Amino acid sequence: MAERNSPLGGAADRLAAVAAATGGAVTVAEVPFLTQLNVRTRPSGDVNVLQLGPDEWLVVGSSASAVGAAVDVSAQRTTVAVGGSRVLDLLAMGCAIDLHPRVFRVGDCAQTTLAHAPVIIWRRETEFWILVRSSFAAHLADWIVDAAQEFTAGD
Amino acid sequence: MMLIPCPWCGPRDESEFHYGGQAGVAYPADPDALSDEEWARYLFFRDNPKGPFRERWSHSAGCRRWFSLVRDTVTNEVLR
Ligand SMILES: [Zn+2]
Repeated sequence: MAERNSPLGGAADRLAAVAAATGGAVTVAEVPFLTQLNVRTRPSGDVNVLQLGPDEWLVVGSSASAVGAAVDVSAQRTTVAVGGSRVLDLLAMGCAIDLHPRVFRVGDCAQTTLAHAPVIIWRRETEFWILVRSSFAAHLADWIVDAAQEFTAGD
Repeated sequence: MMLIPCPWCGPRDESEFHYGGQAGVAYPADPDALSDEEWARYLFFRDNPKGPFRERWSHSAGCRRWFSLVRDTVTNEVLR
């Protein structure tokens, strides 16, 4: 089988070291090789995208003709999981939108910029998943490691 | 930094957007019938008001949709 390299495979050790350095205030790890399916439909009243389950979507429209497009974009982005008690403070250093759970709840997502890199920010139960283009992943990892120094124990 | 209200995503920083100039500039119905001067007017001439100005914006770092808004060019206040 061919060898598979993820965009942040070479940064795994540096990312893992953040949790130790910050005493768990910030944790960060890549979640590589997720399948990503981009679905486009017209946002008109008679087309709906129903979430049937955690891994299944159904596009429903009254027209029998094609109502959109589904494209496999799995290789476009990788995913960085960031968590820890200070994760909101960390993200606020590079993101202008309000991620407080009062307004940005579990399951919510936003397409925006983090450290000037285009990202999708997705709040999960206990952490955030940052979907970032492969070519911006190393920049984002460097920025997270650098920003997390703010929370290094003893400083 | 301007806070621009995207109709799909809500208020976001200006840096997430690209500017598209004056809104409502229609492509000529019969371009071949235009004189050079009329074609140049369509391509290059735009209103430049001091006050409310209807203009196009693209939320390029977010939903990637184009939309129009009215901005006061003196105060940068978004009017609608
Ligand atoms: Zn938007």
